[in-house]
Amino acid sequence: MKKLLIGIFGATLAFGAQAKLNVVATTPDLGAIAREIGGDAITLTTLAKPTEDPHFVDAKPSFILKLNRADVVIEGGAELEIGWLPALLDQSRNEKLAAGAPGHVNCAKGVPLMDVPATLDRSRGDIHAAGNPHYVIAPSNAKIVAQNIASALAQVDAKNAETYRANLQKFTAVLEAKMAEWQKTLAPFKGASIVAYHDSWPYFARDFGLKIELYLEPKPGIPPTPSHLAEVIMKMKEENAHVIIVDPYLNRRTAETVARDTGAAVVDVTQFPGGLKGTEGGYVQLEDYLVNSLARALAEKK
Amino acid sequence: MTVLVSALLAGANTLPAQETNEVEQLKRQLQQMQENFDRAQREQKAQLDALTQKLEAFTKAQVADEEKQKLEAQLAAEMASGQSNAPAAPEKKPWSPADTLTIARAGSAYMNMSFDAMMVAGGSTVSDPSAQLQLGDHDPIKNGFSLRNAEIALDGAVDPYFKGFANIVLKLDKNNQTEIELEEAYAQSTSLPANLQAKAGQFFAAFGRSNAQHPHQWAFVDAPIIMTRAFGPDGLRNIGAQGSWLLPLPFFTELTLGIFDGEGSTTFGFRNPGDADAFGVDRFHGRATLNRGLRGPQDLVYVPRIASSFDLTDQQTVVLGASAAFGPNDTGADARTQIYGVDLYWKWKASDAHEGFPFVSWQTEALYEIFDAGADPTASLPAENLRDWGCYSQVLWGFKPRWVAGLRGEYASSNAGAFDANDVFRGERERVSPALTFYPSEFSKIRLQYNYDHGEMFGNAHSVWLQLEFLLGAHGAHKF
Repeated sequence: MKKLLIGIFGATLAFGAQAKLNVVATTPDLGAIAREIGGDAITLTTLAKPTEDPHFVDAKPSFILKLNRADVVIEGGAELEIGWLPALLDQSRNEKLAAGAPGHVNCAKGVPLMDVPATLDRSRGDIHAAGNPHYVIAPSNAKIVAQNIASALAQVDAKNAETYRANLQKFTAVLEAKMAEWQKTLAPFKGASIVAYHDSWPYFARDFGLKIELYLEPKPGIPPTPSHLAEVIMKMKEENAHVIIVDPYLNRRTAETVARDTGAAVVDVTQFPGGLKGTEGGYVQLEDYLVNSLARALAEKK
Repeated sequence: MTVLVSALLAGANTLPAQETNEVEQLKRQLQQMQENFDRAQREQKAQLDALTQKLEAFTKAQVADEEKQKLEAQLAAEMASGQSNAPAAPEKKPWSPADTLTIARAGSAYMNMSFDAMMVAGGSTVSDPSAQLQLGDHDPIKNGFSLRNAEIALDGAVDPYFKGFANIVLKLDKNNQTEIELEEAYAQSTSLPANLQAKAGQFFAAFGRSNAQHPHQWAFVDAPIIMTRAFGPDGLRNIGAQGSWLLPLPFFTELTLGIFDGEGSTTFGFRNPGDADAFGVDRFHGRATLNRGLRGPQDLVYVPRIASSFDLTDQQTVVLGASAAFGPNDTGADARTQIYGVDLYWKWKASDAHEGFPFVSWQTEALYEIFDAGADPTASLPAENLRDWGCYSQVLWGFKPRWVAGLRGEYASSNAGAFDANDVFRGERERVSPALTFYPSEFSKIRLQYNYDHGEMFGNAHSVWLQLEFLLGAHGAHKF
């Protein structure tokens, strides 16, 4: 008991002595970009696991504590975290993270969101009123996210503003150089039709000239049905689609079933660094992984 | 002679001329016939081609249809072995950007607005389930159909300092007449210093886990027995204020203190006048109640709570809590009530959960109540110490996306009291409830529940309830 108390006391003290900017990112992709910008000037906590469905994260009390002690919270916005983040922020008792405060970074700011519905009708599935929230995976959007994070960090932590600005420049330069490389790798497959489980890849498709418009889900959030899958298979044949991409938290077995019936390849993908082995290194490594594994699968099946 | 010669000549002349004409005519005829033949042949070929094309298209469609049907059946079989395959209605009308905006929501309307209705159909082996079996206000109250919770929930930021919440509940009584109640209406601070948070208004007390949850968060059709015994049909909910403090510890720990007015049936065991008897006398636990009013701070109801949470692993979280409620009751001039409770919630969720599935959760609460009952000589009831205790424990298993199986076991008991023979809130009771819930989407659910009930007052009872819930609009996110 004594040991426990000392431990608690020590941890509290250690927390008090901490001088770095305390940043909490909701999802690992935002966390990875925050790490690029913040570097050693921040301590970073990421709430959602990379293998987890970002729409369905539990609002665990430990997250309340993390948000309570944060200087900055970075969220994807566009309703990605609507099922869990508001409840956490309500209980966090942290004015720094209030909506509109400089410590509350909504990364969707300035991102041209796709698929914004003009009418909100849930008979079409679980639609997002603000548009498709899975935008970070497109490098062109990652640049905007990095800018949003850098300007917020610079505002909250003025003494390190130069560091953040320099890191932003560095990250943007790397992204731009890489972007040319990625586009070159995928150039031979321009217009190729790829099947996804959930409609979370429109931005990626746009950046790389791919066509990801067939989904195993009949409507967002509604599980695949045989009749819908049969339609997808017919369309795959029509469009000569030979690659099905699946995120770690989605049902790979459904994709395998469809692949068996079409001779397509199932390619494991993730939108979060660390979601698959070989993507732990950060945003650029994740994008490398995606581009290369897609190019490989598309080339094999051509 | 000349005439003859000329006639002959003419004749000779005419003859070859006639012959040429005929040849020409024959030639023309032949040509025409040939043309006709060609045309007919062309037409026939065209017809034949069209037919062939039609036939081909038809066969192709048939093959495609057959192929699709075959695929469908095959997929159904393949999916049946692995996952759910409930058919969804095909989308008929394509999305059009010309459609108008139909729902206002947070971000566009300053607040979340939702309407949530829950209805139940079913029955029990007892003729009036509400008499002894189903004592919760949102429980099914009769055999057949009942609708005991249709709530309008509003929440949003009031200004930079407060958030506002309101829950307005409509329900149908036994005669299907509409009842309305202001279940909750409170403001909560957003910017207090020192990790403090305050709220004020009408709200559910932070006692245990299930008390503060609205029916649509419940995992079962009805409220646990011990909760309705300690806090009455409505749960512990009153007008008051509450402060809470997030302790500066390395793990989540929250201290809460609620202070409530304590008058009325929503503070059941406190200054509650009870129900009127045949002569219009208000009684609680058989005693005629005094309207003792509020004499000072000692007559308010105090609800302290402490809760801690730990992440055991990346996939497992536990929340432990202890709560109490203290205050006066209306059965005697100095009669008081104390209620104590402990609660536990544990949840495991797979690290690659799809839409939150699979998961397993376990929730248990135990309560102990000490009620100083005053004497009522006219009813021949002595002053006595009524003690009630009980617990419920429930396990939920989200075994595949959209499906949750649940099992709840309950026990409640009491010491002997002078009025027990007529008191539905006392005596020994047990209940076992398996339930299966299907969520067509996040916004609807269908639940089938069976209750085995055993009680000192009614013996055995069996009930089956089928519940349907739907939610419209934008509903605020829930706590863990």
